[in-house]
Amino acid sequence: MAKYNVNLKINNIPITVEEGTTVFEAARKLNFRIPTLCQHPDLCVAGNCRVCVVEQKGAKTLVASCAMPVSEGMEIFTNSEKVRTARKHIIELLLSEHNTECTSCYKNGKCELQSLANEYLVNEKDFIKLVYDKKYTIDDFSPSIIKDDSKCIRCQRCVRTCTSMQYVSALAVAYKGEHQKISTFFEKPMNSVVCTNCGQCVNRCPTGALVEKNYIDQVWDAINDPEVHVVCQTAPAVRVGLGEDLGLTPGNRVTGKMVAALKRLGFDSVLDTDFTADLTILEEGTELLTRLKKALVEKDETIALPMMTSCSPGWIKFIEHKFSNLLPNLSTCKSPQQMFGALAKTFYAQKKGWRADKVVSVSIMPCTAKKYEANRPEMRDSGF
Amino acid sequence: MEKNRISKVDLIFENDGTLVNTVLDKVKKMNPDDIIMEMIDSGLKGRGGAGFPTGLKWKFTKAENSYDKYVVCNADEGEPGTFKDREILDRVPEKVFTGMAVAGYAIGARKGYMYLRAEYNFLLKGLIKKVEEFNKLLKDKGFDFNIEIRSGAGAYICGEESALFESIEGKRGEPRNKPPYPTVAGLFNKPTSINNVETLVYATVIMKYGAEKFKEMGTKDSRGSKVFSISGDTPNAGIYELELGMTVAAFVDEFGDGDTKAVQVGGASGICVPRKKFNDMIIGYEGVPTGGSMMLFNSSRSMYNVLKDYLEFFAEESCGQCTPCRVGCQQLLRGIEAVKKGEKDPSYLETLKKLAQTMKISAKCGLGQSVANPFISIVDNFREEIIY
Repeated sequence: MAKYNVNLKINNIPITVEEGTTVFEAARKLNFRIPTLCQHPDLCVAGNCRVCVVEQKGAKTLVASCAMPVSEGMEIFTNSEKVRTARKHIIELLLSEHNTECTSCYKNGKCELQSLANEYLVNEKDFIKLVYDKKYTIDDFSPSIIKDDSKCIRCQRCVRTCTSMQYVSALAVAYKGEHQKISTFFEKPMNSVVCTNCGQCVNRCPTGALVEKNYIDQVWDAINDPEVHVVCQTAPAVRVGLGEDLGLTPGNRVTGKMVAALKRLGFDSVLDTDFTADLTILEEGTELLTRLKKALVEKDETIALPMMTSCSPGWIKFIEHKFSNLLPNLSTCKSPQQMFGALAKTFYAQKKGWRADKVVSVSIMPCTAKKYEANRPEMRDSGF
Repeated sequence: MEKNRISKVDLIFENDGTLVNTVLDKVKKMNPDDIIMEMIDSGLKGRGGAGFPTGLKWKFTKAENSYDKYVVCNADEGEPGTFKDREILDRVPEKVFTGMAVAGYAIGARKGYMYLRAEYNFLLKGLIKKVEEFNKLLKDKGFDFNIEIRSGAGAYICGEESALFESIEGKRGEPRNKPPYPTVAGLFNKPTSINNVETLVYATVIMKYGAEKFKEMGTKDSRGSKVFSISGDTPNAGIYELELGMTVAAFVDEFGDGDTKAVQVGGASGICVPRKKFNDMIIGYEGVPTGGSMMLFNSSRSMYNVLKDYLEFFAEESCGQCTPCRVGCQQLLRGIEAVKKGEKDPSYLETLKKLAQTMKISAKCGLGQSVANPFISIVDNFREEIIY
């Protein structure tokens, strides 16, 4: 069906857009920036944080621009006094419910709420601080993700991510009113629910409510221990992401700089996961050929096909929780990270003449699920 | 025209054994458009409280091109102080079902749902039995329509139409963004006409007596009569069907205990009318609208406690998804407590009123938007009771 055009005015500037466009998108086309928190380009519209409210001429209430479709003849004001007052109130309300110990927050400087509070010059004096009465606990049971409800603004980005992008549904909204929170099945800790540690919620959380767990102190302890040999592996994505994070043009490779920097930090060896990724391909390839031979030549009907790769720990856990009937279809090979760890403590340690129990393997990876994988008990069959 | 006295009416509970058959037979011979015209002509507005013209709602739903359409009866009567729908469902459920069938016939829906609040589950067994009989009657009369009853789980927010749809669909009861409105995309994303229990009974009544008789009663903006749930400091608590358009003063003359200092019109989310405004306020859409709840307070009551009660209710019953409502309700509650205890200066009430205004224009649904009604009307009129 052909879409027709809609004419409207935003801050007195006329614009024509396709029907179905939201007011937010139309304003973006005119380079009017409307602040948002719950909205995220990857996710379905929620319209619950309300910081994107704008004034529509003739309407009794303000409208949430992220959820409001344009209509013919509409007149929108994105920064009227009414809008600014409401927006300030809403940001202040969020702050009153928020643990604002920003200096010690992992997200300090990268927090969307913090930057909005700055932009709108919101002070925290007007309303009563509610966060301290709520007896929040921090869930740090997961090896990958730390969930701190005192920093949660209930935008539900994580819930939408977990449910409609990842089809995991480990996170959900629980309770109502003042007790409403983002929680898990029976409020169990994050390591006891169907969470796959994929970290997509962490990627989309606007504040520090969901952050990845970091092990930097443990790494420093190992580096500073003179008896321990610290072997570091870097995943392929890191050499590009690192450059981008440090301000280089996206796509710039910084392999040499990265290795030099890691050496200067004190790692004894800096190696590349590329190598064990190749090993994984060889192993999985061999396994596939073996399975095919058994199934096709020897007519063994118990062989599970198609075979799926096992190189992603998030994927493996997803299969374990949601499609356990497909477990035989997973390759039995270790992932590149785990092949590396095994080699570092066996083959590599022997070559170097190190004692395996004095080798610490550190991996720098773009994925939080690997933090979980590294701790899986079945990965310790060599004893180290 | 305002009326200085009250006049009692008996349409809703009128004992008429032939009504259902008469109305269904009459409707069957009518053109759906004529039914809708009759409803528009009657001026009937939604009796749940929001007051949207019923005929228009039906017209918009009929205009949508969809194979599946729904009629939903909102029997999630959760507003504090309202208990009229319980009485209607207990005494004349067949009139409600008839209203649903009329709506279904008019808009082209083949399925109706009644959403019964969890607290009325004691009615469920009886209603299911009656609805089965009614569905059979519809089939015999050649209507392609049947009704199913769904039970709520006890959340106030599920009385909000889009949260109610979510609940019927088996999801968490949270209001949706509007537009799209229910007439375009309601239950299961299909065009839906959602009406209050009482509205549907009036639809039945209008189909029997015609719009003219209904229009004779009430005022220009508030046609007809309405069932009121009267509670509080009154010697005559109970359910009364009254003509719309009376002043609060006339109402208090009849139902007050001689010492009425305020009337909360429209439940916790309604407006508190103080004694000095009794003469100026008309009960209806031109003055103070109500879904039926009328709570009278005499001078022994602390309006601080009344407001605190309401705010505790809202802080608990907000669904919690949108910021202004979830946090705003808590701030208003903590705010008046702090002023009472002297922890905040009385001028803090002005800050809170501004916040209430923000909630009124920025909350996602009617719940958060209407918290400002009791807050501002009580704080403005009983300021000294809040502070001291």
